[in-house]
Amino acid sequence: MPKLTIDGIAVEVPPNTTILQAAESVGVEIPRFCYHDRLSIAGNCRMCLVDVEKSPKPVASCAMPVGEGMVVHTKSDRANKARGGVMEFLLINHPLDCPICDQGGECDLQDQAMAYGFDRGRFHENKRAVKDKYMGPVIETVMTRCIHCTRCVRFATEVAGVPQLGATGRGEDMEITTYLEGALASEMSGNVVDLCPVGALTSKPYAFNARPWELRKTESVDVMDAVGTNIRVDARGRTVLRVLPRVNEDVNEEWLADKSRHACDGLRYQRLDQPYVRVNGKLKAASWDETFAVIVGKLSGINGSKVAAIAGDTVDAESMLALKDLLTALGSPNLDCRQDGAALDPTVRASYLFNSTIAGIEQADALVIIGSNPRKEAPVLNARIRKRYLKGNFQVTVVGDAVDLTYKHKHLGNDLAAFFQSPEAPAGAKNPMIIVGMGALSRPDGAAILAAARAYAEAIGAVKDGWNGFNVLHTAAARVGGLDLGFVPGQGGKDTRGILDAAGKGEIEVVYLLGADEIDTAKLGNAFVIYQGHHGDRGAHRADVVLPGAAYTEKDGTYVNTEGRVQRGLRAVFPPGDAREDWTIIRALSEKLGKTLPYDNMAQVRARLNFVNPLFGTVDKVQPAEWKAFGAAGQISSGSASSPITNYYMTDPISRASRTMAQCTEEFVMGSKQKTGTHG
Amino acid sequence: MSNRSLAKEQPASFAFNAEYLARAKVVIAKYPPGRQASAVIPLLDFAQRQEGWVTRPAIEEIGKMLDMATMRVLEVATFYTMFNLEPVGKTHVQVCTSLPCWLRGSNEVVKACKEKLSLGMGERSADGAFSLGELECSGACVNAPVIQIGDDYYEDVDYASTGKLLDAFKRGETPAHGSAIGRMGSAPAGDQITLTENPTPPPKQDFAAAKAAFEKAKAEAAAKAAAPKA
Repeated sequence: MPKLTIDGIAVEVPPNTTILQAAESVGVEIPRFCYHDRLSIAGNCRMCLVDVEKSPKPVASCAMPVGEGMVVHTKSDRANKARGGVMEFLLINHPLDCPICDQGGECDLQDQAMAYGFDRGRFHENKRAVKDKYMGPVIETVMTRCIHCTRCVRFATEVAGVPQLGATGRGEDMEITTYLEGALASEMSGNVVDLCPVGALTSKPYAFNARPWELRKTESVDVMDAVGTNIRVDARGRTVLRVLPRVNEDVNEEWLADKSRHACDGLRYQRLDQPYVRVNGKLKAASWDETFAVIVGKLSGINGSKVAAIAGDTVDAESMLALKDLLTALGSPNLDCRQDGAALDPTVRASYLFNSTIAGIEQADALVIIGSNPRKEAPVLNARIRKRYLKGNFQVTVVGDAVDLTYKHKHLGNDLAAFFQSPEAPAGAKNPMIIVGMGALSRPDGAAILAAARAYAEAIGAVKDGWNGFNVLHTAAARVGGLDLGFVPGQGGKDTRGILDAAGKGEIEVVYLLGADEIDTAKLGNAFVIYQGHHGDRGAHRADVVLPGAAYTEKDGTYVNTEGRVQRGLRAVFPPGDAREDWTIIRALSEKLGKTLPYDNMAQVRARLNFVNPLFGTVDKVQPAEWKAFGAAGQISSGSASSPITNYYMTDPISRASRTMAQCTEEFVMGSKQKTGTHG
Repeated sequence: MSNRSLAKEQPASFAFNAEYLARAKVVIAKYPPGRQASAVIPLLDFAQRQEGWVTRPAIEEIGKMLDMATMRVLEVATFYTMFNLEPVGKTHVQVCTSLPCWLRGSNEVVKACKEKLSLGMGERSADGAFSLGELECSGACVNAPVIQIGDDYYEDVDYASTGKLLDAFKRGETPAHGSAIGRMGSAPAGDQITLTENPTPPPKQDFAAAKAAFEKAKAEAAAKAAAPKA
């Protein structure tokens, strides 16, 4: 453990720590552009120069390991002068166009120029100019501003696993570009915008929309996938302008997937901002009272068993709880939160959780993926798998789609029956883990697959004291929350498939869809459909009554991610028009129906949530689940276990309404546009 | 040096011929498994020798052969000015215009090339016989100015000798490379001005006497150490 002195503070750090890291550990901040603690060290910006005694020259602290007895001065005249010189060189070829630059106000170069910049330039020659590059629908480029820190190149190569970015040429002619100027084909590409310390890479959808000081920042949780990425929602007035990641080492580190980041413009289009009632086959705007009267009229005199409810993929736990309580009060056992019909066992919590936790992936030494494509289903989680893979000694086996997961893996075909007949165990693994995806579990024989996967996990030693490597990767943010609070068929109740069948036959007369858009609405037959949600999507098209609810940025909500981590999102903006927070709609309806729910405010709803399942009280923590038998014996039919996500960019009503996601779909899913002469 | 990017018009495909494929395999085998990417520069060179320039299909093929991202190969190809990213003439004339050569008159050499070949910098003649380009410091500053044609350096050139040189190439000859003023390697251009007289041999030494003196001193020291202390 070398001991050194930094600005007069004695510090002892592990060997191989860099001076910059050691300085950070005692709260001494050193300016930097190229250094980033989650990327490899490049040492090419030279901004982090410090003065080390007995060293003839200033030292780049990001790349210099500490030594015993070093005496470092980070604020000496020599260090300041060196940084001033570096800054002057950086600004030689940097256009001083801050007033028209989107990074203005949150630009590292701008901030550090305030500290180290000279008050005038001494460079009177022509500055260089660089042609802007095309990098896809979400990244705007102004390459003249680039200072060649290569953070974006290292991110694409190391974290995203798509080595398409690079620096061509050299010296003054160095340019950052993608290969042949194609779009950066990664689900994580938006992160290079956060990493860019200047305004060279900025967000295309957010271009010229706002300055950072105009925005109201609200901490929240993402619902576009089941990872529960921690986000910050930036809004101005009633509009969400952008979504940025927050740091959470246990979940997303500091990354955010493109859909979660850029689907927010979908919150502005296709919104349900007032209640509708279907009259003579057409939806007509109505008031809340009229709408409730129609529902009350329909529900009165109907046996509870003829009523059913399906909860969607992005619903918060509070509204699911309210709807469950309402259905129970009406005497209906027909409710399900598994739109895709996945055979998840709600009685055993370990059977539907990502038990090893996302951070726990780094402790595993082998991975078997069954019927899942984590790159599309949970890009941030896939980045964690890649991080583990890069450390070496990590074998990955895949049964399912043959796809590029950004890490090397052994593909064992796409036939689950064949795989489970002669399962192949990862050789010599101490902490193996398996990921079972919805591609496998949502098949009609899902229960048998779940049992087979459990047996397989036990056989390869993935479940033992101190290690549970049995993982279910969900595709829906609401799924684990729904299962935890028991939004599943009650005694003799029907599940999603059963509800659709019965509705088609006329046995179920009223179906309540709470943000459920991923079911086949054609199967609902002649049932009376109440749709509560925020977007005019599939559910609303079929609905007889539409109740306008709030999207995830417009309500306080509790979400449980695929690990079973309870997280709370906060309201960033108000819902549009007459739309209301979802649980309040159900509460109001219950009063009209004469079955008033016993809660009037959020605190009471959360108290009820804690009562239903005490786990909801342990926010931001993962409670290990007890390992028990689950699944059902049965025949596994041969057939593929393809991921349910065919188009990553459009999986829910918000992303389907988003223009940016439509552009991404066009670029990445439908194949690159044929470039014409006008494309530069 | 200007911005280097891939040529607009590219051939459809690339494959190493048998000779270069064999040589490529030898180079790749020099590096331990997983480190094949180290062979990228020799392979790009082979591709250039085979095709005359580095084509996009060649970059992609080399990326596949070395299991490295195409972008990484492109980075290397654009970094080194020795790789021609556009087709060059059969005789590719490159004039070093870096500072030492410029001080020694490379402007005149460039002028001679432009006149003789009727080409501008970076241009190729219509019949594909000649092309003219600049060269970053060729590392032969002692013999500046320098022209590189193929793998050969033509050194100590000036306006007149450049003209003669290019005329010879136009006739289809390949003149001997090296100094145009006939000096040997990097030896002084004129007469020697230092070390002109024969070196004096070192003075003769009597090694036997020196050894005897050493032995004597050693024996005395031993006797002194062995003597009882007074």
